[in-house]
Amino acid sequence: MSAQTHDLIVIGAGPAGMSAALTGAAHGLKTLLLDEQLRPGGQIYRNVTDAPASVAALLGPDYRYGETLTAQLDRSGVELRFGAMVWDVARDLTVTAQKDGQSFQVRAPQLIAATGAMERASPIPGWTLPGVLNAGAAQIALKSASTVPAGRTVLAGAGPLLLLVACQLLEAGVPLAGIVETSPRANLWRSLRHLPAALGAMPYLAKGLRMLWRLRRAGVPMFSAATRLRAEGNDRVQALTFTAGGREHSLAADVVLLHHGVVPNTQLSRLLRVDHDWDPVQLAWRPLVDAWGETSLPGFRIAGDGAAIAGALAAEPTGVLAALGAARALGRLTEEDCESRAISGRRTLNHQLRIRPFLDALYSPPEWISDPTDETIVCRCEEVTAGRIREMAKLGCKGPNQTKFFSRCGMGPCQGRMCGLTVTQILSKELGKPPREIGAYHIRAPLKPVPLGSIAAMASTNTETNKIKESLHE
Amino acid sequence: MFKAMTLPESEQRPVVEIFVEGRRVLAHEGETLAAAMLNSDVVPFRYTPVSGKPRAPLCLMGVCFDCLVEVDGAQNVQSCMVRVEAGMQVKIPRGARRAGDVK
Repeated sequence: MSAQTHDLIVIGAGPAGMSAALTGAAHGLKTLLLDEQLRPGGQIYRNVTDAPASVAALLGPDYRYGETLTAQLDRSGVELRFGAMVWDVARDLTVTAQKDGQSFQVRAPQLIAATGAMERASPIPGWTLPGVLNAGAAQIALKSASTVPAGRTVLAGAGPLLLLVACQLLEAGVPLAGIVETSPRANLWRSLRHLPAALGAMPYLAKGLRMLWRLRRAGVPMFSAATRLRAEGNDRVQALTFTAGGREHSLAADVVLLHHGVVPNTQLSRLLRVDHDWDPVQLAWRPLVDAWGETSLPGFRIAGDGAAIAGALAAEPTGVLAALGAARALGRLTEEDCESRAISGRRTLNHQLRIRPFLDALYSPPEWISDPTDETIVCRCEEVTAGRIREMAKLGCKGPNQTKFFSRCGMGPCQGRMCGLTVTQILSKELGKPPREIGAYHIRAPLKPVPLGSIAAMASTNTETNKIKESLHE
Repeated sequence: MFKAMTLPESEQRPVVEIFVEGRRVLAHEGETLAAAMLNSDVVPFRYTPVSGKPRAPLCLMGVCFDCLVEVDGAQNVQSCMVRVEAGMQVKIPRGARRAGDVK
């Protein structure tokens, strides 16, 4: 165990992480905030402190709002380390990270992971072709580099982000060759029963309707309930083909942007072996947390979309609640104080959650996303197809760790981030067992590849190692 | 594959010069290497170790590892996670990484 360096460490400087760190520091905790990016904001407020005014204006007030959080960081007393990539967390909560090519260790009795979400994989034939990106990637390019897709651009998939990215690209002058929505028609009916609750979140609904209206007014060709999507091309994408309205379509495209919602990024919680459960509505794993974000490992908390997808405005109060829980656990708050300070956060959170059942039902991913055709590559790194996974299930593989062992599926540099959910779902269907019985990949450190030199640099600054060296010299 | 938006003059960033496979590529200060390569249509970013097929970024947020390139001799660098620096020498990986990488 390395020595305690802080009271609270927060990993990830998106809305959940920033509000957790701010709350921790406000309650007198010696707080460290780490983020892999060079600036605060996470993906949702990516580059908000540095984006050109014209780009920030195009992205709109929901993006610029991120500045209200980033502005507080500077005078908060929170120790900030950006460009710090966490590659290991031990069960005693020692955090090992790398910055400027050197690894270092820090430890606090309370750790909050605010590592957010990533886009659900959209495995369709041809999705490995250059020019096929996630829709979120196009938004990140816009936010971080003021750059947009060149040429004919097609968006395909389902979810509020798909429409938002489409609108933002239109504003930026990108010619949209089509929007191919994949939500099954039944989703609409299933979502209607959640509409009354969603009416309590009018701004969201209004924003959604405005986006749809904007796209229609712009005359973007729109297709709905599309199936059999396929990206075509040899060395780069040339077209997206699909079936919609009983007909086959082919849209010539230079860039295809895929999106099927976002899912919690569980690398860190899986590494720490805390309890997870399968969310049958959001079709993803979620780490189990209590009202204060605490997982089954005492002191390890998760805030924001990393615990369950609820969006940026819900992430903020979960960050506050996790930090209050940490302050309480450290004896800096009485139970009574903790409860009373949680009231407004809870209220905001409950308000933000009202829209979720409606959105989750409306944009539930089509079944074929988790049941790709045999030829489709599932593991992009090791180029393992869905057919190969099914073959291994027939040979007796019971879970993703066995298929990984036999096929290298999930063993490449992305360490199963891209294929994990799909493999679990394919095996679930193939073996007739629910996902929670199929399980997920075992995640091990390093969470991302680290050069040996970076680890060696840590040894030269480690006091334990120095003590041994000194004793050898004596 | 991507293009930089036309920004008002007051918002334009200084241009820096990098080299991809020896070819001069102009980038904007502060942007990621992946953004610079996409803007200059440097596609693909790499050829895979398994089948040798061409790849380019999928996620641009450090998750997919499809933007791996060689930067100043260091292999398997996520180009979406590093910023351009003047004079950067970038190589496109072709197949599996080589043994003996000491950087």
